[in-house]
Amino acid sequence: MQKHWLDQPRNVRLLWRAFLGVLVATVLAEFLVHLHPHFEIESLFAFHAWYGFLACALMIIVARVLAFLLKRRDSYYDRSDHD
Amino acid sequence: MIEWLAHPGLVLLLGAMLLPFLRARARAAAVLVLPLLALILVWRLPDGAGLSAQWLGYQLTPISLDKLSRLFATIFSIMAFAGGLFALAQPSRLELPAAYLYAGAAIGVVLAGDLISVFVFWELMAVGSTLVLWSAGTAAAWAASRRYMMIHLLGGVILFAGISGHVLGTGDTAFVRMAPDSIAHWLILIGFLVNAGAPPLSAWLPDAYPEASWSGTVFLSAFTTKTAVYVLLRGFPGTEFLIWVGLFMVFYGIVYALLENDMRRILAYSIVNQVGFMIAGIGIGTEMALNGAAAHAFTHIIYKGLLLMSAGSVLFATGKRKCSELGGLFHSMPAATICGIIGALAISSFPLTSGFVSKSMVSQAAADGHLTWVWLALAAASAGVFLHAGIKFPWFVFFQKDSGLRPADPPANMRWAMYGFSFLCLAIGVWPEALYRLLPHAVAYEPYTAAHVLTQLQLLLFSGLAFFVMLPWLKRTLTITLDTDWVYRVFLPALAMAAGRGIGGIQKGMLRGGAAIGARLSIAIRRHQRADGFLMRSRPTSVMAFWAMLVLLAYLIVNYIQ
Repeated sequence: MQKHWLDQPRNVRLLWRAFLGVLVATVLAEFLVHLHPHFEIESLFAFHAWYGFLACALMIIVARVLAFLLKRRDSYYDRSDHD
Repeated sequence: MIEWLAHPGLVLLLGAMLLPFLRARARAAAVLVLPLLALILVWRLPDGAGLSAQWLGYQLTPISLDKLSRLFATIFSIMAFAGGLFALAQPSRLELPAAYLYAGAAIGVVLAGDLISVFVFWELMAVGSTLVLWSAGTAAAWAASRRYMMIHLLGGVILFAGISGHVLGTGDTAFVRMAPDSIAHWLILIGFLVNAGAPPLSAWLPDAYPEASWSGTVFLSAFTTKTAVYVLLRGFPGTEFLIWVGLFMVFYGIVYALLENDMRRILAYSIVNQVGFMIAGIGIGTEMALNGAAAHAFTHIIYKGLLLMSAGSVLFATGKRKCSELGGLFHSMPAATICGIIGALAISSFPLTSGFVSKSMVSQAAADGHLTWVWLALAAASAGVFLHAGIKFPWFVFFQKDSGLRPADPPANMRWAMYGFSFLCLAIGVWPEALYRLLPHAVAYEPYTAAHVLTQLQLLLFSGLAFFVMLPWLKRTLTITLDTDWVYRVFLPALAMAAGRGIGGIQKGMLRGGAAIGARLSIAIRRHQRADGFLMRSRPTSVMAFWAMLVLLAYLIVNYIQ
């Protein structure tokens, strides 16, 4: 069977480069598009880019901390529920 | 009586009762025609109060239409149609009738002009949805349906108490705008919020919905939470407290979904997340925000239905639900993959999808109202939606590692249901005017400005970067995350067991003590039963006469005192 084009590491690398290229393009596009910020903080350079990244990083970290406290095996409830 | 048959909800409800008696093609035809009939009726009924009746001296108006109720009745009918199409081959004979009962009751709630009708249809919805859960036929679904019923009966009792108080206080049954200014109104608000999946009871939703069958969850995702959004839109617009409830739900959904391994539980948490956006909008309460909440409910039903159809197809084809057992399915399920990705882009509010034109109205309302912190939280949450549902669901199910599974795409009826909803996700995104015309207030909003498209792309693409950069931290494990349902699934049962053991111990102690006393007593009695014992002694008659007189005297005194 022929391998799917997505299964070839060469193509995955290519996709990564394209993705990073698009990221850079969206930031550089700020020089071309007139943004009309509602709040002061929004007028910082590439606000939505770094805010989105940091917000997600923070949420992942919060999730990790929560997991540390509240994570259980997925069979945790099996005994108590089916009595 | 005949005009009652023109009630779109009752058409579905009564039609549901016919379904078990139909076979093969007649059944399939009825499944597809009934929701369309309901949809036509919704659009043929005139604005204002239609039906009215007197019941126990109260005025009932089961049909009272305006733009808001028509919007919700429309999307509920469309959802019933697509869900019915998707579920045509469902082997359970109970599920579709139950789902149509559920959908009909949901339409009944949004058309009702008085609180009593709202309550009756509200409870019918609980019955219908519980039956949908039951029809999955597994032990896990049975256990989950009991917990589900318990929470919804509790919510129903609270709502009923609130409605009773409101009707007694005002003498009016009409469902009008309220404010949380009395105990009765607080109870109504709490009853509504229980069904919306609000804290502290949000856990009922991710606990129950993923236990339904591959098609059952599609129905469950649509009606209960969105009728709750509807009644909050009508009953409590501009209640500031709802902003904070909504924001909590938004982040709760994201964080729990990030930790989840079951693909349908990920999507269930993301329902709470999305409803959070709507409730925050209702709390902001401006026309823009209310339009945004209503529009988002409309688009959400479509893309969440689509996502759960995509997940349902995977479950149907593989029998597996855990991300850790899935992956690489894009090889053999291109239709489910592409439709799932369209749904994921729509939930993430990518430009040219339905989420982009609806959710951004809520953010815009926060910006217009200069609510800096609310706006910042909503922006962070928008990034988080892409993270927890937009990428996570398609990535772990259809891509990531190759699980080696090569199941085929589902049958034609399931594929067409997905194609239809995929089309709607894109069509609403490209031509939002059609949806905007249906909204309760006039819309003065243009989603497609260069600035809005660019900022949204930055937000989403960089959250995508965060996902892939931090992927090792998101690796799936065979775990669940404890939620407040732990209280009634583990803690309270354990408490009851402990209390039972305690009471049992006391009982045992008393029995043992009682037995000891009894034994000693019987020895004593037997000792006095001997010939010279106290009980066997012969006594003179005069002594007996003396005692009899004493008793009579006591009787006389007691009588006299009385």
